[in-house]
Amino acid sequence: MSDHREIAVTVNGRRYREAASDRMLLSDFLRQRLGLTGTHVGCEHGVCGSCTVHLEGAAVRSCLLLAAQADGTELRTVEGLASGDRLHPLQEAFREHFALQCGFCTPGILMAALDFLAHNPTPTRREIAEMLSGHLCRCTGYAPIIDAIAAVAGTGTTPEVTS
Amino acid sequence: MKPPPFRYVRPDSLEEALALLATHGDEAKVLAGGCSLVPMLNMRLARPEVLVDVNRVGGLAEVRADNGDVTTGAMLRQSAFERSPQLRGALPLTAACAPYIGHFVTRNRGTVGGSLAHADARGELPLVLLTLGGSVLAESRRGRRSIAAEDLFLYHFTSALEPDELLTDVRWPAAAPGWGYGFAEMAQRHGDYALAMAACALRRRDGVVAEVRLGLGAVADRPLLAGEAAGVLVGQSLDGAAGDEAVREAASLAAAAAQPFEDLHASVAYRRQLVSLLSEQVIRQGWLDADDRAGEGGP
Repeated sequence: MSDHREIAVTVNGRRYREAASDRMLLSDFLRQRLGLTGTHVGCEHGVCGSCTVHLEGAAVRSCLLLAAQADGTELRTVEGLASGDRLHPLQEAFREHFALQCGFCTPGILMAALDFLAHNPTPTRREIAEMLSGHLCRCTGYAPIIDAIAAVAGTGTTPEVTS
Repeated sequence: MKPPPFRYVRPDSLEEALALLATHGDEAKVLAGGCSLVPMLNMRLARPEVLVDVNRVGGLAEVRADNGDVTTGAMLRQSAFERSPQLRGALPLTAACAPYIGHFVTRNRGTVGGSLAHADARGELPLVLLTLGGSVLAESRRGRRSIAAEDLFLYHFTSALEPDELLTDVRWPAAAPGWGYGFAEMAQRHGDYALAMAACALRRRDGVVAEVRLGLGAVADRPLLAGEAAGVLVGQSLDGAAGDEAVREAASLAAAAAQPFEDLHASVAYRRQLVSLLSEQVIRQGWLDADDRAGEGGP
């Protein structure tokens, strides 16, 4: 019953066309069909935030979307942030502020934070903390993540990051 | 944690979507934002045979203002209530609840119609629509009907929509001069399911409460209107000692009207206490907000 179909997507500016079953999640499609394993899969029910990617410019949970729903769309994943060896300013800030340890939650937080900053370029620490309520991190205690996002906010680096 | 097999269909038009629902009836499930349905699929709590994805049906996310109402298309994303100045101005109570709906990222995808049709007793949008006295439009091949919020939410996860019906529009009474609004929620962490929430729409005239609606969420199998509690406020000024007394009495009647359940997170007694506290907060917010808006010219 679960038919396979061709899914055509543009991810980080590159075009892909791969088969997926109707019930394949977008998170699994990115990882298993496209080999883009930077997008992490944690809870698979929209709670942990680690699978967050950009769909047509907006941060979404890729575990709450079917691959079939993304057909014909443009996506951006954590692999699309750095330019060559040069980290994205937000990635750089995460490194400077020790905002990651094991790194499992980091790709999702980066993608969410970029969309968040695009809509709210000068957030308060409280607003950043509320945004982070959608992301589980078991290493950092969150404070360094808030530091990193606050450091980048309002520095003029955010408009460039909206996809 | 993967969805069970189903047939995925993606209609481009409303006619096509309604035809699919007419054919498949309760074997079909409408896929809107997917923030509740996809977790239920992943956890195998839902096993529809056909998934009707309405995300590419045109014309379902429009916003119109007419006759003191704002009508939003069912597929409007929840984030619109936070970001659109027009919606924030016309629907302040909906905008006030919006930051509590899930998380920043899920609101990018979650839809207003999906949340209402899902009829989660802990949902913010169902509570606000009920408190405002709004309604929805449901369409099927048999025709189109309006369902008042009071008749829409039957019990937890169950709405009055028939299997062949698609919720297409939501009609919200817009903010009017003299009215004030309040929303408050208690959850263990921001974005978690609420332990209790309350919403208030209050009209102030000649220094007293002329009209008031108090809604309670997450403390029964559907959102509730606390009519008796609201009743004691009418004709009262909520300033001063007499006002405090009236607000306390309303809050205690609201706590009595709640039908909370007990789980490992909170006891019935604690949830009732929250209802009392949150009711007090939203009534006061509504009263002060109505005063702030009085400058806009009263009726």
